[in-house]
Amino acid sequence: MSKKTEEIPDILTGEYFTTGNLAVAEGSLAAGCKYFGGYPITPSSEVAEHMAERLPQVGGHFVQFEDELASIASVLGASWGGWKSCTATSGPGYSLMVENIGLGVMMETPCVIVNVQRGGPSTGLPTLVGQQDVQQARWGSHGDYEIIALSPNSVQECFDLAIDAFNYAEKYRVPVTILMDETIGHMSERLVIPKRSQVKRLNRKKPSDKPGQQIHLPYEADKDLIPPMAVAGEGYRTITTGLTHDARGYPVINASAQKKIVKRLCNKILLNKNDIIKFEEYLLEDAEYVLISFGISSRAAKGAVNLARNKGIKAGLLRLITIWPFADEAIQEMAKKAKVIFVVEINNGQITREVQRAAAKQKADVYGILKLGGSIHTPAEILKEMEEKI
Amino acid sequence: MVKSVKIMDIPEEEMILPGTRLCPSCAPQLAYRFILKALGPKTIVAVPASCMTVVHGMQGATPVKVPVLNTTFETVAASASGIVASLKNLGKDKEVTVLAIAGDGGTVDIGIQGLSGAAERHTDMIFCCYDNEAYMNTGIQRSGSTPFGAITTTTPIDGKLEHKKNMAMIMEAHGLSYIATACASYPLDLYAKFVKAKEMKGEGLRYIHVLAPCPPGWGFDNKLAIEIGRLAVKTGFWPMFEIIRGKMELSKESRRLIDPTKRKPLEEYLQPQRRFRKLSPEQKQELENYVADTWNTIAKRVDV
Repeated sequence: MSKKTEEIPDILTGEYFTTGNLAVAEGSLAAGCKYFGGYPITPSSEVAEHMAERLPQVGGHFVQFEDELASIASVLGASWGGWKSCTATSGPGYSLMVENIGLGVMMETPCVIVNVQRGGPSTGLPTLVGQQDVQQARWGSHGDYEIIALSPNSVQECFDLAIDAFNYAEKYRVPVTILMDETIGHMSERLVIPKRSQVKRLNRKKPSDKPGQQIHLPYEADKDLIPPMAVAGEGYRTITTGLTHDARGYPVINASAQKKIVKRLCNKILLNKNDIIKFEEYLLEDAEYVLISFGISSRAAKGAVNLARNKGIKAGLLRLITIWPFADEAIQEMAKKAKVIFVVEINNGQITREVQRAAAKQKADVYGILKLGGSIHTPAEILKEMEEKI
Repeated sequence: MVKSVKIMDIPEEEMILPGTRLCPSCAPQLAYRFILKALGPKTIVAVPASCMTVVHGMQGATPVKVPVLNTTFETVAASASGIVASLKNLGKDKEVTVLAIAGDGGTVDIGIQGLSGAAERHTDMIFCCYDNEAYMNTGIQRSGSTPFGAITTTTPIDGKLEHKKNMAMIMEAHGLSYIATACASYPLDLYAKFVKAKEMKGEGLRYIHVLAPCPPGWGFDNKLAIEIGRLAVKTGFWPMFEIIRGKMELSKESRRLIDPTKRKPLEEYLQPQRRFRKLSPEQKQELENYVADTWNTIAKRVDV
């Protein structure tokens, strides 16, 4: 019944003028994503719509589910079937997904969740920008864990970070969230999709033992704290569960097993922070007044730095590309030199709080330049608030 | 079976004032207007995320004259259950009707768990699914109620590969006192069914499934909104019936269609809609078979 589509590659090398939502979808395909399970929600629906069209062209599979619980659960299932898999949603949908994101952490399931943030809480502003889910991406599911979240600030970066997100997910066996926002998702910009040879694709480690020959230990971690991953159909007898488990994958309900696994789940991320944490510095060498921002807000912050420099104010910008794990060390160093740090974000101070924690007992004071969703800062607004504190 | 209603029987009072933000020719809006006329001012409405959210106002004003709880996508029946419980506490459960009204996504997909629970507990409410056969408010993505072959933004190549869920039968398996299907193009019949559901207060959850054509989502001219709904009924694609305490009866407009020769050709319904533009002859035959199967099932249950 399905019509034959001509061979269309998964990496559409070339130059485009397109939106962040389409770029993140193309980036996922370029990273090797073959499965998307999703549910429509504004402002992320275009990601699903694009994947519905593209995945059949590249031998992948798109399923629209009955809700977000099913969507993310299917993504975990597809990952255990060996497919690189992802979903896309926005705040209310992400709220429904967090239980299964926790399951993904516990079962160490590589997958990617795109959250095109809108104003919240609750239904909030379905069609307008917000950055209010950054702490939810960190702590949304119950229990202690470490997670990876990345925040693009351009259409190009939606593509680039989608590849990074899949690579981190595969390398560290963890769900990775791409924290976009409505403005980034819907705005159009130049996108350059590189040649296939320039796209780096990482794949999960395979077990070294042969299937069926000995007792397979699916959660026996290597020295890097990451266990190799067998997938369904390869012949390994694998048990995976959300219950606290040992190296065999068997449930072990006691404090020592709990300590062992939670420590390892956290440390496999924390001990690799240098590999995961990315940020961009702009005019920071001599900066006395440092703006810290991410996502769409960072573009207004960059404009504010330029305005400030024109007035002779020594301003600079630290743009967080990786939100979680948090760039504690870089911010601590910054706080030793700078006079004041301003955090520019579209929420009520969620990253400001993190910066205050990282910069505690250092020289710089930390203030938030905050909006609560629905619109982005202008550079002039940011400069005005800076000048009030200078 | 409901009594036949004449236009003069419909209350003059409008519960939805002019100036909603819905699309021109929105059939769900027309249905909602007659539903609230049937249920009257002593009604509390629960709505999940849907086009109905939009009708309740987006920019600081609401055209709807009854109290509304605008709830999350997956929970409209559960939220309505809470209202029902609290009305008992106030001693007002006998006089106030609780209406949960959801789109097809909020009913047959994400909302089905809460709906099933409320039905199983025989919660005293009317649940209405206004079925525009896709997620129209988020940009026309397929739902479990989208018909076979329809193009949506998430079924862009071959159209939907599956038939729509038979929600009335799913609800019947819950042992409900009253189940009806209706269509926005027949507002008098629709009105009568909601009056009947209101009269059956105290008999648990009453379920009414209303087919409501969506001009932008289905792809037809605004002026055809009523005609398309009528064709859905006249071709037999959308049979209208009631199941009252287990007994199925066909509604007036559908009764004669038990005879296949009385049905209009399905093509007349499919052709004006752009969502069916890619149908292959095999897909059309599949839809013909679907209609025939639907009616064969009905014929075994009703007295002809």
